[in-house]
Amino acid sequence: MEAEAAKFIGAGIACLGMGGAAIGLGHIFGNYLAGALRNPSAADGQFGRLIFGFAITEALGIFSLLIALLLLFAV
Amino acid sequence: MESNPTDPIHQFNIYHLVPINVGGLDLSFTNASLFMVLTAIIGGGFLYLTTAKRDLVPSRMQSMSEMFYEFTASMLRDSAGSGGMQFFPFVFTLFCFLLVGNLIGIVPYFFTITAQIIVTFALAILVILTVVIYGFRKNGFAFLKLFVPTGVPGPLLIMVVPIEIISFVSRPISLSIRLFGNMLAGHITLKVFAGFVFSLGALGALGVGAAVLPLIMAVALTGLELLVAALQAYVFAVLTCLYLNDALHPSH
Repeated sequence: MEAEAAKFIGAGIACLGMGGAAIGLGHIFGNYLAGALRNPSAADGQFGRLIFGFAITEALGIFSLLIALLLLFAV
Repeated sequence: MESNPTDPIHQFNIYHLVPINVGGLDLSFTNASLFMVLTAIIGGGFLYLTTAKRDLVPSRMQSMSEMFYEFTASMLRDSAGSGGMQFFPFVFTLFCFLLVGNLIGIVPYFFTITAQIIVTFALAILVILTVVIYGFRKNGFAFLKLFVPTGVPGPLLIMVVPIEIISFVSRPISLSIRLFGNMLAGHITLKVFAGFVFSLGALGALGVGAAVLPLIMAVALTGLELLVAALQAYVFAVLTCLYLNDALHPSH
């Protein structure tokens, strides 16, 4: 297999990692919404932690995208 | 393969604006340096000019700076306690530099300083070295208690301590790559959609009509990029505060 073809296949496989990040994000926001519907007055106080948790989880999806971009453009 | 100016990577190229060569060391003033100077001027200048008058009842601009100050102060105090406030100038400067730098990168044709791994890595290493050096100076070898969580039975410790050490060492890596990856990915996606607009528009009248779709997507992405720019600067600052808390109070 030529290196070019392997790079493109690798970039495609690397993008599968973002599926895990998407599941994690859905989990976080789903739990937040479930908690907010039970206790609406406490929801706003935890919004900062929600956004922080979102950013941390999103980072891992971005790491996977980074590998894909590295394979496409920098190797 | 020569570099194609319309490909999405071309925006991250570094050009020497003022070549400076000191004994073989390349210290040129590059476009990255120019935008870092611009970031410092805009960030510092805004904070200085809005608070120069020091009204007791703040004007709109002064209250913006005061809200920013209070936001970072409460973030640091909540994470690191009152002992952490000695790091406030560091955290505030870091947050302000990253926020202004990220936002400046959204403007078309401007260079995004944080989309360079070396910039984010330098800042992350600065944070972690501050944590390690201050942790050892303040706590001595008790700083290593950070790697020994409480309530873990003896045999399990042999496994847990190396894992804790690895996760500590991965902090500067994840801190830098998080910011770098978010900025890089956002800007590349924006360029790719801009390229779609261009290549669809080149197909004639029907193409120009169809080119509105990627244009709308590019507008929506710019909005998302603004959010991500502010959010990633905030996340970097919050994680800095949490790591500083580990240096001040090393226990689990």
